[in-house]
Amino acid sequence: MSATDTARSTAPLLSVRELKKHFPIHGGILGRQQAVVQAVDGVSFEVAAGETLGIVGESGCGKSTTAKLLIGLTQMDEGDIVLDGRRLGPDMSLKALRRDIQMVFQDSYASLNPRMTIGDSVAFGARVQGLDDPQGRARRLMARVGLDPDRFAGRYPHELSGGQRQRVNIARALAMSPKVVVLDEAVSALDKSVEAQVLNLLADLREEFGLTYIFISHDLNVVRYISDRILVMYLGEVVEVAPVDDIWNAPAHPYTRSLFSAMPSMDPDNRTTKPPLSGDPPNPIDPPSGCRFHTRCPMASEVCKRKHPVLGRMGQGSPHWVACHLHDPASGHPKAAEGASV
Amino acid sequence: MTDPILQIDNLNVRFNGKRTVHAINDLSLKLMPGETLALLGESGSGKSVTLKTLLRLLPERRTGLDGSIAFDGTDIMTLSGKRLRSYRGGDVSMVFQEPALALDPVYTVGDQIAEAVMRHKGVDKSEAMATALDMLTRVRIPSPERRLKNYPHELSGGMRQRVMIALALACRPRLLLADEPTTALDATVQIQILLLLRELQREFGMAVIFVTHDIGVAVEISERIAVMYAGQIVEEGTTREVIADPQHPYTQGLLAANLHDVAKGTRLDAIPGAPPSLETRPDACSFAPRCPLALPACRAELPPVKTPGPRRRVACLRAGQPIAAE
Amino acid sequence: MAQVEAELQPQAEAAPKPQGYWSGVLGRLAGDKVAMACLIVIALLILSAVFAPWLGLADPYRGSMIARLKPIGTEGHILGADEQGRDMLARLIYGGRLTLFIGLMPVVFAFFIGSALGIAAGYVGGLTNTIIMRVVDVFFAFPSVLLAIAISGALGAGITNSLVSLTIVFIPPVTRVAEAVTSGVRSLDYIDAARASGAGALTVIRVHVIGNVLSPIFVYATSLTSVCMILAAGLSFLGIGVRPPEPEWGLMLNTLRAAIYVDPWLAALPGVMIFATSLCLNLLSDGLRSAMNVRD
Repeated sequence: MSATDTARSTAPLLSVRELKKHFPIHGGILGRQQAVVQAVDGVSFEVAAGETLGIVGESGCGKSTTAKLLIGLTQMDEGDIVLDGRRLGPDMSLKALRRDIQMVFQDSYASLNPRMTIGDSVAFGARVQGLDDPQGRARRLMARVGLDPDRFAGRYPHELSGGQRQRVNIARALAMSPKVVVLDEAVSALDKSVEAQVLNLLADLREEFGLTYIFISHDLNVVRYISDRILVMYLGEVVEVAPVDDIWNAPAHPYTRSLFSAMPSMDPDNRTTKPPLSGDPPNPIDPPSGCRFHTRCPMASEVCKRKHPVLGRMGQGSPHWVACHLHDPASGHPKAAEGASV
Repeated sequence: MTDPILQIDNLNVRFNGKRTVHAINDLSLKLMPGETLALLGESGSGKSVTLKTLLRLLPERRTGLDGSIAFDGTDIMTLSGKRLRSYRGGDVSMVFQEPALALDPVYTVGDQIAEAVMRHKGVDKSEAMATALDMLTRVRIPSPERRLKNYPHELSGGMRQRVMIALALACRPRLLLADEPTTALDATVQIQILLLLRELQREFGMAVIFVTHDIGVAVEISERIAVMYAGQIVEEGTTREVIADPQHPYTQGLLAANLHDVAKGTRLDAIPGAPPSLETRPDACSFAPRCPLALPACRAELPPVKTPGPRRRVACLRAGQPIAAE
Repeated sequence: MAQVEAELQPQAEAAPKPQGYWSGVLGRLAGDKVAMACLIVIALLILSAVFAPWLGLADPYRGSMIARLKPIGTEGHILGADEQGRDMLARLIYGGRLTLFIGLMPVVFAFFIGSALGIAAGYVGGLTNTIIMRVVDVFFAFPSVLLAIAISGALGAGITNSLVSLTIVFIPPVTRVAEAVTSGVRSLDYIDAARASGAGALTVIRVHVIGNVLSPIFVYATSLTSVCMILAAGLSFLGIGVRPPEPEWGLMLNTLRAAIYVDPWLAALPGVMIFATSLCLNLLSDGLRSAMNVRD
């Protein structure tokens, strides 16, 4: 797509630096802090204008928390969000940020006020932000996402199907004319046939309004289809970021590889025979030392338990970033020299 | 040829209430012993209702049922009392989507399995506990002796689903019903559970009906696939046949929507619209309003069921016709 | 490329006429026979209480030595006369004025105050929640009857003091329900979506929270009215509520207590009124609860 080719050369639209969110867990009679969930721990990434960044990972990896941090629904502990050169805080208010970054949630029913007509729901944001003609905006956007405003504007959420409701949620997000839309598992709850319709719609809207998407999903096929780059998270950290074809053809991090090979094969004659990983993802309350993946990693060595790998480029100027000792010749990992070939 | 373990003939399930819903319409299905069948369909297609009907779990007062279901030659519609209880959990058992809800939070894992064993096999507690331990070992739970004494909330999601499977298989059922057992799990855990179920199926030799909305999962687990739409089976065949040569336009659409190896940026061939609400009993092809190939005849009458091969069927007027003109 | 299938719902259900939420509730309520019967009974009670002076009743304050404890059905006193020979029918209807007033107003006050506290606690959370809810818990430590008696006893008898003490008794349960419902709604995505559009807390509460929490709180409050009536009657019965000679059902029950061996039917009449009213209020609140359920 031409939009992304030009985008890569220019400055990023959104840049997130060292985002951190720890949730304290209180317990006991006195409500003392007993543990900390390291939901998001030092996440950094950049998104170019017009680009779609896919974020994948398993439950507890922090992808949804990252989404909520991006629009300030959860307050970050540390980190910077820079949008269009303006830093959140000194240069830009939260309200301004929320106009430029919008979000679509997974549960299409829970994300609509059941007592509000969908016309009012779509218009609400524009009204709050003081944009002109909120009702007209809402009607235009409803028509744009394929819902005839004359038939649907006066209806309530429970009168719509899941796919229609998710269209309403998309229209609502777009009513603020945002630059970035965060789609948090936005198509995951839909039936496959409806999901395809909504994906087509999202692709059209991206083109028409020049949107930038952050697309969070556990469905790798969908992420691969819609994203320009994929970011893989594990226990609150970024383990790999790369353009979609690079990561698909040559995943560098052992976790990414496991994730890809855990996908159903779709070939009855060639079914998966060995699970790529054993056990469940560990609890983010008490993440393992060193590399957080070392407890499940087939390639783990002594150094992985001690030293925390940093996210670095695979080669000079490479757009492929990975946080793994295997790809760092200086790490001291016995197989580091073989690197990507393993 | 052996007799089928399960034979469903012309099953109809209707929910009466403020709004009548014709959930299952003329469903017929045959399952051989030791066979693994995936019931594939979207929400509202009637796949879970089929499972519940098989276990006679539907509320009787609000449900209109007709048709016959024979399990190993016995009509299960007439079972009641003790025979029904020994059928449920003894001959047929079920694994649910959400083990956190299906397991009782106030009993230890070992007690729950042992209780089921004692009830159905009439053995004493220590023998039942030994069976429970054996089952936990078979579902590959690490350090099973210790896990026996755990409560469900002390286990991770994947472990709980393993316990659920151990519980379901403890009485050696001849038919296992699995209702989306991997949907709530993470990808790397899902594949573990699928492989486990496959191994256990081979080991125990039971028949399995695996309900799922995910074609990829169906391919991993099953030998045969039955695709459901609007309370009917629209296509059935071996997994290989259905995946390699889907004949019903709905199956074709589902396969395309799976996005497996779809080039980025190409427009998806989405099935338009949404499934019907089933407030009236279908008297024409239920898929016709969404079908790109629909003919006037499709909207006028129920589609013929064509059988292109042994135990292969497609409920579509145009099945087998060349679709070159698409 | 930019063409979206204008499909959606091929079986195109005829778009139902958009109707407001409350008209839907009233429609469903109208279909509920039990609730409607109760509503009629309560409406009759309130109307007769309000218009008592124009109903051509006997003077509820004027006694007569001859008419004392006349049984039900006596000519001139259809429902008999009390221990001072005052007409029972008149006293029951006039008594409805005070009884209903003291039975309903504390709940109305508690509904507003408790909802405000509960919504604030539930929406803001954190320390605010802890402070409000712990104070509420303190009140919960006492049985409501005891609390009402204690406060009334401390303030002294009288209608105003009864109102105050009963209001204080009912604020904690309303607050607790309001807090629970609000916390539930607070965690839903549409609140997040509203916040994400840049709306401030007050706007979010006004537009998205109140509409969704008020009806469960309202239903709960309706169910409290019957308790409140009984408590109010109880206070009067104990002599720390309404003072004689005012007609009030609880007080009447108390003064007729002595006559229970003489004419039990007569003595039970005020009790019957209390029972019937609170039963109707309870059934009405049940009906309201199901009528407010949007999703079926």
